[in-house]
Amino acid sequence: MLPLPRGFHAIIEREGPLSIPQLLVHDHEDNVGVVVVENLGAGTEMLCVVTADNSDFRLTAQADIPIGHKVALKPLKAGDTVIKYGEDIGKMVGDAEVGGHVHTHNCKTKRW
Amino acid sequence: MALDFSNMAVKAWRRENGRVGVRNHVLILPVDDISNAACEAVANNVKGTLAIPHAYGRLQFGEDLDLHFRTIIGTGANPNVAAVVVIGIEPEWTQVIVDGIARTGKPVTGFSIEQKGDFETIRQASWKAKEYVHWATELQKEDCPLSDLWVSTKCGESDTTTGLSSCPTVGNMYDKLLPHGLYGCFGETSEITGAEHICEKRAATPEAAAKFKKIWQAYQDDVIEAYKTSDLSDSQPTKGNILGGLTTIEEKALGNLEKIGRTSTYIDAIGPAESPEKGPGLYFMDSSSAAAECVTLMAAGGFVIHTFPTGQGNVVGNPIVPVIKISGNPRTLRTMSEHIDVDVTGVLTREMTIDEAGDSLIDMIVRTANGRATAAEALGHREFSMTKLYRSA
Repeated sequence: MLPLPRGFHAIIEREGPLSIPQLLVHDHEDNVGVVVVENLGAGTEMLCVVTADNSDFRLTAQADIPIGHKVALKPLKAGDTVIKYGEDIGKMVGDAEVGGHVHTHNCKTKRW
Repeated sequence: MALDFSNMAVKAWRRENGRVGVRNHVLILPVDDISNAACEAVANNVKGTLAIPHAYGRLQFGEDLDLHFRTIIGTGANPNVAAVVVIGIEPEWTQVIVDGIARTGKPVTGFSIEQKGDFETIRQASWKAKEYVHWATELQKEDCPLSDLWVSTKCGESDTTTGLSSCPTVGNMYDKLLPHGLYGCFGETSEITGAEHICEKRAATPEAAAKFKKIWQAYQDDVIEAYKTSDLSDSQPTKGNILGGLTTIEEKALGNLEKIGRTSTYIDAIGPAESPEKGPGLYFMDSSSAAAECVTLMAAGGFVIHTFPTGQGNVVGNPIVPVIKISGNPRTLRTMSEHIDVDVTGVLTREMTIDEAGDSLIDMIVRTANGRATAAEALGHREFSMTKLYRSA
């Protein structure tokens, strides 16, 4: 079977052992990041990478969080503004601890 | 090694009006819904033709009728189309479509059903369609600059991975190719909501910004406020978006806008299915955020390749324009890879930079222009959806 085209760069030779991040963060101002692996379990010590400059840090997930869903990088209280892409994406309507799940159950647009 | 985009070429068809097409369709184009059956019969008689049935075209009026005509004419006029047989119920509106397409210089003939019936119309139109197939299949491809292509974009079934990987991949492609003379197009008026202030700032001129703002505000006033029955949180983001981790319309819009890159600015904001008139560069098109409607409008505007980032896995295609799907979501690549042309999951695992992902997309655009069938083409996705502005008479 032909492999799915993955572009001519595909896997690049990197220095040092490859470590795949579990969480990506767009900007340093952001207070949420995005889970980018499947089956992330509570208690996982995540490798987190800020895509703006490839800097990294560690954070422990406090819940089972699905791929694509957001994680609080700071303690967030109801009423707090949620920042992603360095921009206001809405407000908290419930609390989230550091490493906790941020989604429609505790976050909402300010628009409607 | 950095790629040199200034002299990249593709093998494609140079049409009578100088535009470059990457497909060579002979279309059997209905003016209206009740001419679909005759068009499909002709396409069945004559192999190598393509009928594109649709739902509208009767008793429309005003701006809605203008948009209908513009979409049908623009579809026939698209450089991916070699020749067109037009069939409508009445001769007058059929002639409007024929005249519009004829301005490109390509072969086009119209047939009307009234006073004749389906059988006789199908007989006459089949002879013409067969003549066009023989003619079109002998047209030769030639070397054309990559920058002569018109490449549009719209994302679908977005999630948080589109904003991180597939949308910035498209943006990187535009940042690299627009300076060499490419025409680009983005739109999705409703899905800019939440990032409209940022989109306004990405205009090249105050005039373009003002045109964008006027289009966006009209959508808020005429559509959202006029028809809003509940909190829109239930439909924007969509259920699929929410499953993929998107929580608010702002978050969705910011990811969406990643498609126009870091340095690109749009030189004009145009109406649905309108053709760019200000030369090479990026255009904002007032358009639905529904995938098939949006791609149909951009194809009618003259765009010949569509780049489509998806997160959760939108499967849309178009009858005349190859739709290149790009995804960075590893679950989508695992569960529905038959729909994806460019895998950018490496961006999430940090094995691939956005710059490399952009080069991969450009490589796929070149291969698609040269003839590679996209996943949507291979799977027979030919969604042709007209945008309707209001009720018919």
